[in-house]
Amino acid sequence: MSLETARGAAPESPLNYSDNFALQTQNLRKVFGDKVAVRGLSLSVRRGEIFGFLGPNGAGKSTSIKMLLGLVKPSAGEAVVLGAPLGDVDVRRKIGFLPEDFRFYDWLTAAELLELHGRLSGVPADKLRERVPALLDLVGLTPHRDKRLQNFSKGMHQRIGLAQALVHEPELIFLDEPTSGLDPMGRRLVRDILRAQRDRGATVFLNSHLLSEIEITCDQVVFIREGEVITSRDLRQQHEEEIRVVVRARKLNPEHVAGLARWTTSAQLVDEQLTLTTRSHDALPDILRHLVAAGADIYQFTPERLSLEELFVQIMGEDRGL
Amino acid sequence: MALWIMAGITFREAARKKILWTALIAGFGFLVLFGLGLHYQLDDFNRGDMSAFLRYQILSAMLMVGLYTMDLLAVVMTILTSVDTISGEIASRTIQAIATKPMARWEVVVGKWLGFTGMLAFYVTMMFGGTLAVGYWIGGVTAQHPFRGGLLVFLECILALTVTFMFGTWFSTLTNGVIVLGLHGLAFLGGWIEQMSGFAEGSRLVLLGVLSSLIMPSEAVWRRAAFEMESPLAGSLQFSPFADISVPSLTMIGYAVVYLLISLSIAIYHFHQRDL
Repeated sequence: MSLETARGAAPESPLNYSDNFALQTQNLRKVFGDKVAVRGLSLSVRRGEIFGFLGPNGAGKSTSIKMLLGLVKPSAGEAVVLGAPLGDVDVRRKIGFLPEDFRFYDWLTAAELLELHGRLSGVPADKLRERVPALLDLVGLTPHRDKRLQNFSKGMHQRIGLAQALVHEPELIFLDEPTSGLDPMGRRLVRDILRAQRDRGATVFLNSHLLSEIEITCDQVVFIREGEVITSRDLRQQHEEEIRVVVRARKLNPEHVAGLARWTTSAQLVDEQLTLTTRSHDALPDILRHLVAAGADIYQFTPERLSLEELFVQIMGEDRGL
Repeated sequence: MALWIMAGITFREAARKKILWTALIAGFGFLVLFGLGLHYQLDDFNRGDMSAFLRYQILSAMLMVGLYTMDLLAVVMTILTSVDTISGEIASRTIQAIATKPMARWEVVVGKWLGFTGMLAFYVTMMFGGTLAVGYWIGGVTAQHPFRGGLLVFLECILALTVTFMFGTWFSTLTNGVIVLGLHGLAFLGGWIEQMSGFAEGSRLVLLGVLSSLIMPSEAVWRRAAFEMESPLAGSLQFSPFADISVPSLTMIGYAVVYLLISLSIAIYHFHQRDL
């Protein structure tokens, strides 16, 4: 688990910087007037992972991202992004950012927008001549390369926004609700792009309300509330977590159940319902074969795992309204 | 480098959004009207027996009215085109995609400022030059020191631009527009009150005018421009509304330049400090 500190870290404790991390924060805090937007964010994001940043509305996610990008000045705390302190201008050459509801000068065409962002990010002109068509192709906007943004749909804005965040091949990419306004094909495209970015070694910091997307895409997630990390999960290890299986069957007896011990960590038979747990997804066919071979009539065989959404509700509690 | 990219994109924005062309078309309409007015005036003179001396003074006064109208148009155009550039981009969050690029925040402000300054240089050259050309071509009159006058009109425009930028880093587009137009209105009224002091010989009127010029020196810059452009005889005879009754000193012009630089510095500082 890459989470270093959650609640109660001493504000004066120095940030122990490590090059293994794309970013580290220590008790990062932001106060607007008398309103505390971020109470004390302490987290670390490993290089080369897709990192999910989860929390309910008003949890301080956007403010936290803005602080990490230098858009908002922290009231207290410290952070290191790609080895540089917050606000460092040069390190931004290695950072890409897709803001929530991306909007830009709508009189530009898609190709012009990418050229402008590429130039502002310091990409040489000859490289841009190759990058711009390739990126337009990547996000499926090649037929619209000369269309002005004012004629773009919301989904097209998101696609070109994602492309501008990638134009300079950044090492660290912040994406704020990247799938907002996208249809299922668009969401799949974003997923594929994020994985490709991870595969080339980039780190992706992802803020999204679509937990199913996060679950499929992210390696690591943290849950935050009131600007503090509540807990984290390593989604890469989720397949090694226990799976619960509910079996409804007739002609089952305790001997059959005892024979499952080599695959299961627990098994309980109550009337016609057998509830068992296993650590391996691969064991499921063997369990089913064993029960059938023992002569049981199977009516239901349902493996269950807590979805990220269920986990989110469990951690954050039910919505009590704003 | 990023500074010049921002300047270029700001200039392109003006051209692409047709702001500049619309302003120039409106300016062309003004020039046509001004030319027709001069033409008919001259036609009326030719049918009468007015002396050449008086005729020249009246046509010179008309040229000054034309230049004054052009100056007002330029200042209003400056405020209207730039009022949204910082405050609007902050409100729409467009600025977030720019401010996260590898460039200092001062480069964003100064780049945009340079882009607008370039656009204003083009606009003022076209309009000021057009008004002088119409005056000379139709009326046969010209300004006394056109180069000095043109530079001062340009200074007045970039002063209005800079003040608009400064308040744009604080307030919404609408509030910014109200403040800057209000300040210019104050300066306009103060300038005329000071001009009226010549008739009443009242030092209190002069004081009011000077105070308003200290708050917003744009109108004072125009009155100095008018002094430079009007013929000495017409000015001293108090033949036109721009007669040299109360001419802003070179110190006031220096004050306007310092005012501009301080406004730009405040805009840069506040944009650097604020959350986006």
